[in-house]
Amino acid sequence: MSTLTRFSAIPYTGPAPTNRNPYVPADVATIDARGAEIAARAGVALEQETGLDLPAFIVAKEAIVPTLRALRDHTEFQFDLPLDLFGVDYPGREQRFDVVYQLYSVKNNERIRLKVRVGETESVPTSVDVYRAFDWFEREVFDMYGVRFEGHPNLRRILTHEMFQGHALRKDYDPAQRWLLSEQGVAKLKPKIDPRFEVEHSDFERVTLNLGPSHPAMHGTLRCAVTLEGETIVGADQEIGYLHRCFEKMSETHTYQQVIPFTDRLNYCSAVINNVGYCMTVEKLLGVAAPERAQHVRLMLSEFYRIADHIVCIGTNLVDLGALTNFWYLFQPREEIIALAESCSGARLLPTYLRIGGLAVDVPADFLSNSQRIVNMLPKYIDEVEALVMKNRIFRDRTEGVGAITKEDALNFGFTGPCLRAAGVPFDVRKASPYLGYETYDWDVPYAEGGDTYARFLVRFEEMRQSIRILQQAIDRGLPSGPVIVDNPYVALPPKEKVYNEMESLIYHFKLIMHGIQPPVGEAYFQVEGGNGEVGFYIVSDGTKNPYRVRVRPPCFPIFEAYGHMIMGQTIPDAIATLGSLNIIAGELDH
Amino acid sequence: MPVLKNDSSIIERKTGVAPGQGPEKGLITLPGETANESDDLGGGSYLTTKLDTMVNWARGNSLWPLPFGTACCAIEFMSMVSSAYDIARFGAEVVRFSPRQADLLIVAGTIVDKLAPVLKKIYDQMPEPKYVLAMGACATSGGFYRAYHVVQGIDEIIPVDIWVPGCPPTPDGLMYGILKLKEKIERGEIKRG
Ligand code: SF4
Repeated sequence: MSTLTRFSAIPYTGPAPTNRNPYVPADVATIDARGAEIAARAGVALEQETGLDLPAFIVAKEAIVPTLRALRDHTEFQFDLPLDLFGVDYPGREQRFDVVYQLYSVKNNERIRLKVRVGETESVPTSVDVYRAFDWFEREVFDMYGVRFEGHPNLRRILTHEMFQGHALRKDYDPAQRWLLSEQGVAKLKPKIDPRFEVEHSDFERVTLNLGPSHPAMHGTLRCAVTLEGETIVGADQEIGYLHRCFEKMSETHTYQQVIPFTDRLNYCSAVINNVGYCMTVEKLLGVAAPERAQHVRLMLSEFYRIADHIVCIGTNLVDLGALTNFWYLFQPREEIIALAESCSGARLLPTYLRIGGLAVDVPADFLSNSQRIVNMLPKYIDEVEALVMKNRIFRDRTEGVGAITKEDALNFGFTGPCLRAAGVPFDVRKASPYLGYETYDWDVPYAEGGDTYARFLVRFEEMRQSIRILQQAIDRGLPSGPVIVDNPYVALPPKEKVYNEMESLIYHFKLIMHGIQPPVGEAYFQVEGGNGEVGFYIVSDGTKNPYRVRVRPPCFPIFEAYGHMIMGQTIPDAIATLGSLNIIAGELDH
Repeated sequence: MPVLKNDSSIIERKTGVAPGQGPEKGLITLPGETANESDDLGGGSYLTTKLDTMVNWARGNSLWPLPFGTACCAIEFMSMVSSAYDIARFGAEVVRFSPRQADLLIVAGTIVDKLAPVLKKIYDQMPEPKYVLAMGACATSGGFYRAYHVVQGIDEIIPVDIWVPGCPPTPDGLMYGILKLKEKIERGEIKRG
């Protein structure tokens, strides 16, 4: 086993940060009151942690499974959607790891955070039986921190490869310590046979077929092994991690501003939305808000990129189904959207246009007229493609009832976004917890029944129309005047003229470049509606220029986890059609 | 296969005669066509050179790419093949996902350690002659992912003929890379197998 070059983050030795007061969220009193209410009525012992941005509780590790079950089944609270499960490492502490659970209640539209503290040699009981989504999330915590989950059916590495040594997100792991994987080291996948198909009926021998990672329908980085009986899929196992680019570790070794380009590359089809999520989380930690003009542009670009994301999804999905024309056709308006972003920032696909506190530069003068032109041309493309496929007999045969998932399963698997809405749950972060002023626009959340591939197409087509509606209103309102970035020298660089002419601005410029943004000590979670669902960032700050921990909630991750369940009992072409409609973006899936 | 003499003439063409300076003959510039080369007319090696050139010309103009697209760069690759940029103008639009049917491997995106054996296998499965184009900062050098799970440039694993810089490279940039590769093939610089 060879090791390669070592590269350590340069330790921070500059002066003490200017602001070491802990971060206190704006409406902490209401949040704490709600937390106390939940603790009192949940029916299980919950130790409340006050002063945070969500109702938060510390749970003993032995009690976590009954607690989760009680919160899920509680008639009043109903935390039925498992959002996230991740770890945080505090090496100085006696019980060094925090295992954090975040849950959402669709009924009450609220979120909570549970923390379990574990030492290096201890383990946590698995909660797979309560929330199926946590199967992969627990594997990820195991992979990254080495925390063991007792009773987990399949506790092995998920993001890193089989010959990897150590646990990468521990604070004492060197960020550039690589381990090489040889061809002999690649483990064989053995798909688990679904209980419904345990008895072999047919005359055929069962065969196991490997799809991906280099397979046209698997988008280069996904892998799925399926066991077939005749043509029926009776077992499936997905393997991920083929694009694990260490986003979370990289964030810890860079400054807050430097993390922005990494966020672009999570869901690279809708890069701006990730930027918005990340920047707004840091702004929440800092207690600043971007100027109105910046917010308006953020909203418009988010919607444009949402359309672009759906176009890529629909286009490639139709290619997988054998319809190439739509792909060429839909890429024309997409190219216009990309060109619009290029005119703003100079970069095409991944603009990195946002900054903490606002935008990098102001939009060009023809931004609104260009937007209007694109908004005018889009409906024609959408209508024509929809007319071409949605009433097409072949298309309907190939998508209706294919890859279906029930509402309950979708929730239990932690679905969000179009895939959840296609299963009949009208949950959209833009409506549930509006940001950037979405509450002031007139638009609807489309949702469909059935949860099959056809329903997902329906929802995506309609969502593009709703985005166009939002965009038209945004254009009609016009851009608010004023600056595009906050006037706060601890967050944003002073304008160049001032840097050249004023001593003070020069010093601020120097300090911000050298010492970076230093948010107050604390933690914050913020979520936006990405192309695939809820994109959330959980950031812990220790008051220095590097984030202590950045966790991204990747919406694809739980969705791809359910893929094996969705294709069970169907055929390979169905599996291909289903995969395309889930819009799995590997950059986000593997972060 | 070409004898030593042809090889040296190719090198001479590469270093000695600037493009447009040598005698222009026909639409394509052939490696053998330098002034002193005409003395060799009728020599035993002439036909070989011509045939070689002919083959290279054909190869350069009908690349069949295999997009090994893993990440963001793959989306820009899609832009390049689709309507606005249209790589079909340069004869490289026959995108094949089977390594057996392709001769140009476009590595578009980050290669991580877990994927490295797969990439190696794909490369090994491609028939000769085969060319490799590394698209983007990640494929070239690991990009800004100097991290515990990212291959720091695909030349750790397979040989590369053309590097295209950018993160992601623009479709025009990628096209330029393919054209450069085409030139390289036509000059006969790439000889493997
Ligand atoms: S070079 Fe940049 S755009 Fe290309 S795969 Fe790497 S990060 Fe993505």
